Amino acid sequence: MFERFFKRKLRREGKVVSQVPSGLWIKCDSCKTLLFRGELENNLMVCPKCGHHFPVPARDRLYMIFDNGDFEELDANLEPVDVLGFADKKPYVQRIKEAQEKTGLKDAVVNAKGFIGGKPAYVSCFDFRFMGGSMGAVAGEKVTRNIERAAEDGIPFICIAASGGARMQEGIVSLMQMAKTSAALTLLEEKGVPYISVLTHPTMGGVSASFAFLGDVIIAEPKALIGFAGPRVIEQTIRQKLPKGFQRSEFLLEHGLIDMVVEREKLKETLSKLLDLLGGRNERKD
Amino acid sequence: MSALFEFEKQVDRLRRKIEELKSMEKFEPAVIEEIEKKFQKKIKEFYENLEAWDRVQIARHPDRPHSIDFIRATFKDFVELHGDRHCGDGKAIIAGFAKFEGTPVCVIAQEKGRDTKEKIARNFGMPVPEDYRKALRVMKLAEKVGKPIITLVDTPGAFPGIEAEEKGQSEAIARNLYEMAKLTVPVVSVVIGEGGSGGALAISVANRLLMFENAIYSVISPEGCAAILWQSQDKVKEAAKALKLTAKDLLELGVIDEIIPEPLEGAHRDWNTTFKNFKTYVKKHLDELMKFSGKELREDRYAKFRRIGI
Repeated sequence: MFERFFKRKLRREGKVVSQVPSGLWIKCDSCKTLLFRGELENNLMVCPKCGHHFPVPARDRLYMIFDNGDFEELDANLEPVDVLGFADKKPYVQRIKEAQEKTGLKDAVVNAKGFIGGKPAYVSCFDFRFMGGSMGAVAGEKVTRNIERAAEDGIPFICIAASGGARMQEGIVSLMQMAKTSAALTLLEEKGVPYISVLTHPTMGGVSASFAFLGDVIIAEPKALIGFAGPRVIEQTIRQKLPKGFQRSEFLLEHGLIDMVVEREKLKETLSKLLDLLGGRNERKD
Repeated sequence: MSALFEFEKQVDRLRRKIEELKSMEKFEPAVIEEIEKKFQKKIKEFYENLEAWDRVQIARHPDRPHSIDFIRATFKDFVELHGDRHCGDGKAIIAGFAKFEGTPVCVIAQEKGRDTKEKIARNFGMPVPEDYRKALRVMKLAEKVGKPIITLVDTPGAFPGIEAEEKGQSEAIARNLYEMAKLTVPVVSVVIGEGGSGGALAISVANRLLMFENAIYSVISPEGCAAILWQSQDKVKEAAKALKLTAKDLLELGVIDEIIPEPLEGAHRDWNTTFKNFKTYVKKHLDELMKFSGKELREDRYAKFRRIGI
């Protein structure tokens, strides 16, 4: 089935866009095994030897979870604006341009609508390749728009996060996206519409501390780094070595912070089941 | 006066010179008055044109009035409430009820602590999940009993620590953003010093967001930004400027509603004027908000954040 989906994709885009370095052979970051690219791609970018989950570009992720890899992309034309006139070593506008060229995306979030296991869903998916999946005004707006649509149509919302946090180059405007997206989620509560949050490696800072942790159900991919503060910042603050496995999915599950850790192979199936169980309204006498 | 920053020293030198001239008794009072006037004009100009980094330092000035000072001076009959009802009581956020200009209100305030002992006790104003959950519990109580909420923001940021992560720092902040958006009572937030990122936002999803003239509010500290984007601590001044974190910047960006003026050389030079201004401005906004229904307040808050960005 996935072979088919990658073929479809090859047909559509003419090439496979992948976050891993190009080349026929790829070394696994975790077990260092040399893997044939085709083999890795057929295995949903999960190392067949050790189960390491490679990062997945947003559109590839959407192909993986929607039925037949079919979905309608929404808000594709929203482009970032350099509101602050920000420049560090490089001007922000240049960073945007480079990220756009590298990823073929306008910003770090792709919005989509489609069917998962026959059930409709709005999905917002982050792409870590685009400036570390950082959330600026565009990402905040896209997530908010998809939530508003989900509330309006009574269709479940799914967010797949992969982000270093708020985008510094948009300063306070990016910080305020945390409040904007979180406030939008209250609309789903009013309408009784479920929200499933999928946390992938890494989900940190302002994304973690807003909509990502407000899921009615929170799923994480194995061994993803998830937390508020980065491990380096914590180490520098408390001047202690961090325990092994700290801030990883399994650690969060143990501490009661997420519902489940789900391997990529099982993600679509898990989402289908949840949409079936939580979506729609039960007939009930008032 | 415990500390003078580099830019304050310039003003201080000028002031001493004028004092010297006065004490020489060589000049006519009219002349002295003229010099004094020029001096006042000069320092006004000077303070109006401070660099962002200078404001960062005023915002963090050790003599600047803290939340605890505002509570003592501008509220009456304060009753503090403790505990998150889950596992602990954070010390970086003070929560309770008090009278503000005769009206019972809920107060949520971040406190950094002044001397070393108190700073440690207050975790340097860096809240942990227990702080945010206590704040939320008390805000929900305010909603239940229909009392407006005033929050005072002054934090370097939420605490980055092992326990804070284990207890769900992200969830605690996110939950506050979500629940504050739903509140049906007026919320006025005032950044009195340092608005440190998500740690500040978690108590400032307000109908009216005000900032003191020399306060700052930023997605990341200039130090953190310089370290990440420039890989150098020598670039904090550039980072401070680039982040657009001053009250004036935020007003221009449409993020805050009004700037509360400070005494000429900063809040730390004249607490009483600072408190007076605080009362005037907060009362004005609170009075305006009291006219709205719960539903309108909630919609107003939604609309306020909804329009920020693209």
